[in-house]
Amino acid sequence: MSEGNILLKVENVGKQFEGNRVLKDVNFTLKKGEILGLVGENGAGKSTLMKILFGMNVIQETGGYEGNIYLDGEKINFKSPLEALNSGIGMVHQEFSLIPGFTAAENILLNVEKTKPNVISKIFGKRLETIDEKEMKKSAQIAIETLGVDIDPDTLISEMPVGHKQFIEIAREIDREKVKLLVLDEPTAVLTESEAEILLKAMRKLADSGVSIIFISHRLNEIISICDKLVVLRDGVVIVERPTKGVEIRQIAEWMVGRSVEGEKSVHIKNEEDFDDKDIILEVKNLWVDMPGETVRDVNFKVRRGEIFGIGGLAGQGKLGIPNGIMGLFPSGGEVTFNDKNLALNNTYNALKSGLAFVSEDRRGVGLLLDEPIDMNIAFNAMQVHDKFIKKLLGGLIKWCDNKAIKECAEKYIKELDIKCTSEKQKARQLSGGNQQKVCLAKAFALEPTLLFVSEPTRGIDVGAKKLVLDALRRYNEENNTTIIMVSSELEELRSICDRIAIVSEGKVAGILSAKASVTDFGLLMSGIDKLEEEGESNEQN
Amino acid sequence: MKLKSDSLKRFLIDSAVPILFIVISVIAIPLSKFTGLYLVREIVTRLTRDTFLVLSLLLPVMAGMGINFGMVLGAMAGQIGLIFVTDWGIRDVLGLVIAMIISTPIAILLGYFSGGVLNRAKGREMITSMMLGLFISGIYQFFLLYLCGSIIPIKNPKLLLSRGYGIRNAINLDTAGAFDKLLRVKIGGVPVSFGTILIIVAICIFTSWFRKTKLGQDMRAVGQDMGVADSAGIKVEKTRIQSIIISTVLACYGQIIYLQNIGTINTYNGADQAALFAAAALLVGGATVSRATIANAIVGTGLFHLMFIVMPMAGKNLTGSAMLGEYFRMFVSYGVVTIALVLHAWKRQKDKEMDRAQFRVDVKTSK
Ligand SMILES: Nc1ncnc2c1ncn2[C@@H]1O[C@H](COP(=O)(O)OP(=O)(O)OP(=O)(O)O)[C@@H](O)[C@H]1O
Ligand SMILES: [Mg+2]
Repeated sequence: MSEGNILLKVENVGKQFEGNRVLKDVNFTLKKGEILGLVGENGAGKSTLMKILFGMNVIQETGGYEGNIYLDGEKINFKSPLEALNSGIGMVHQEFSLIPGFTAAENILLNVEKTKPNVISKIFGKRLETIDEKEMKKSAQIAIETLGVDIDPDTLISEMPVGHKQFIEIAREIDREKVKLLVLDEPTAVLTESEAEILLKAMRKLADSGVSIIFISHRLNEIISICDKLVVLRDGVVIVERPTKGVEIRQIAEWMVGRSVEGEKSVHIKNEEDFDDKDIILEVKNLWVDMPGETVRDVNFKVRRGEIFGIGGLAGQGKLGIPNGIMGLFPSGGEVTFNDKNLALNNTYNALKSGLAFVSEDRRGVGLLLDEPIDMNIAFNAMQVHDKFIKKLLGGLIKWCDNKAIKECAEKYIKELDIKCTSEKQKARQLSGGNQQKVCLAKAFALEPTLLFVSEPTRGIDVGAKKLVLDALRRYNEENNTTIIMVSSELEELRSICDRIAIVSEGKVAGILSAKASVTDFGLLMSGIDKLEEEGESNEQN
Repeated sequence: MKLKSDSLKRFLIDSAVPILFIVISVIAIPLSKFTGLYLVREIVTRLTRDTFLVLSLLLPVMAGMGINFGMVLGAMAGQIGLIFVTDWGIRDVLGLVIAMIISTPIAILLGYFSGGVLNRAKGREMITSMMLGLFISGIYQFFLLYLCGSIIPIKNPKLLLSRGYGIRNAINLDTAGAFDKLLRVKIGGVPVSFGTILIIVAICIFTSWFRKTKLGQDMRAVGQDMGVADSAGIKVEKTRIQSIIISTVLACYGQIIYLQNIGTINTYNGADQAALFAAAALLVGGATVSRATIANAIVGTGLFHLMFIVMPMAGKNLTGSAMLGEYFRMFVSYGVVTIALVLHAWKRQKDKEMDRAQFRVDVKTSK
């Protein structure tokens, strides 16, 4: 191993937040053109390590870090992300950093816009050069194409599905000319499997052109298929650093959690007899939703009270559009009957008020109150929408928060969902990505909805905790008789918890099957082969 | 079909305020018994007089700083420039140009200061800029009342108070109408000052060109999301200061154009209302504190003044009391600003609620 080939060397790096140690003696190296997979449980310290590398302000503000980092043999200690950018490090964060009102092209070229000089700029300086829209578009197009996706550079970010946003962010990083090291913090968490595949291919291409990549993901199969090298973090300590060759998923999972992970499914599926086909809680007729990239054309289905109803299907077929449309996040039409009452569409507040709740797949836009503690985050919606956790005096004249009840509720969910935190008073901002996702779920639970939509609930959750989250959903369903509609791109996940599963294809329900149906049956529905017959069948069902 | 009705709906929602004002005017015009010719003449005069001032508000809105009530600082700078050229006896267009040249550095300085203050009050720019206007107007008055004629030489006694120092309350300008007289043409009985209009067209071209420059793009980025702009390496604070400086300088020129049309300076309380009226006009034109276009500015100025002209008369004819009409006029202009601000606060609140309802805020504010 020649020294000259090494791009990044991390030496004895450690970090603590106010006495809470999250990284200890971290060592690893990365060669040029290599892809390094960084894995670890939620809260293991992956994002923190990357933030150190990228010179993020939080690190400085919380007292800096210990140890040394060398880039190209030179010791670095960035004071700001800008310095990191200038040294050729690009980073895609777990949270989006795009400007919603700008187009894809404007975002990709943010602050590196293509400009043309003009008379005035010659006198007053470069900042008055005119933006060259044509060149911008061309350049953005090239960056997008490098990734192997097809997105119009003129689309506004606010009108894009979350997967496309992710691609735009990555396109922005690779568009910089001298990028040597690309850090991708869970880029695939918001992507569907097919989108993720496209991204992996693009990463390989980049690596082949000499860019080194650090890739964080909870989807271990991705790590195995793409990475040259693997680093496993557990509680802030490097457990393993080795080539990925010959490593198995189960093995990685064990390194991550430090015990053997059983693959058994404990969640049980209810029997058909438990349901009353007459007791329909939600009926959807001729629903259309105009959600870019996930258009719903004509969807019909009925959900029985108390069941867990799954919605699956390939990316872009419209499964995500269904909850987003019913909850009023995208323009929609059709007829939705909830609890025998007609539900007005395109009205989010009304939907919440009628007892619906939604955990969005766009977990980076889910709107936690980042500067509020965990307990407030969990209780806030319930307080606002349903007057829960509020004590009243003098017949409601004086109201105040029932802090004790809030605390108890928060503690309960912290325990149930195993949210890794110092206490229920820790600010949401200080939680790791996966743990923020868990808080979102707890928040929806605390609303005590009659019907809960969850979209991709286990995204960003580590292997060990996935089952925990699914178990919590099932338990919640059983204890409160809450009907749950779960949208997921992972069929296995749906099959392990749902009672019935609808497969959406081309904006329509291709068929609804019992979770006990065979994988092949589902596969056929997804591929659309059996569509004609199935469509007839599903119409009968309705 | 669906798309068409959707975009029509959006257009109607976006233009709700101007439409409301058009409706009110349509009802009030016949009541006022003004002739069409009179109205057209008045509107044309006022459009040429005020549009520039209103346009000066556009850039800070783009940079996410809301309505720059600090533009009164620019107006004050413009007035100081005019006072000096009047003292030196420079007339006509030359006088106005020199007034602009003198006041530009003052406006830049004030804009820089104002931008710096606003950077410390992120999220509260509008109220801060309003306070700042009041504060600076104190200094402005001190400067004119006590320093001019004592420390700063003023030779023209007509400008000074009888006590020997301090500028008079009202000053007649030698430069009155200088821009307006350029290329003045009568079209169907309506005098149109193409000289001033050309200046306004130039500033419109400047503004739309500016939006397409790198600096303009940076301002839009900063206005939309300071955090993202910052992490992309855009100098957020500097950009914000620049937008305020440009706005202040433009307001300074705007005030000069305004005053040459009026012909006299109301030394001590002329500038205060400039910002309020300009803001009201912009909002009447359908702008919001987060989005404003050239069209908003022009349409708004026209409508606001139409209202201003017909309302008192309509009120008088309706109630027989001139007071009531006057009262209503004031009520409308202050009311517009208040309502627009309240609406904006309400919308922000709603957005936040939606946020809290844990959904992404995809409320389409721009475009
Ligand atoms: N600003 C902060 N202040 C205090 N503690 C913090 C802060 N940022 C992160 N932490 C803590 O550091 C630990 C590691 O967090 P980190 O975000 O690095 O986890 P992660 O490995 O990226 O997890 P995930 O897979 O969930 O994204 C967590 O326990 C978190 O609570
Ligand atoms: Mg993380």
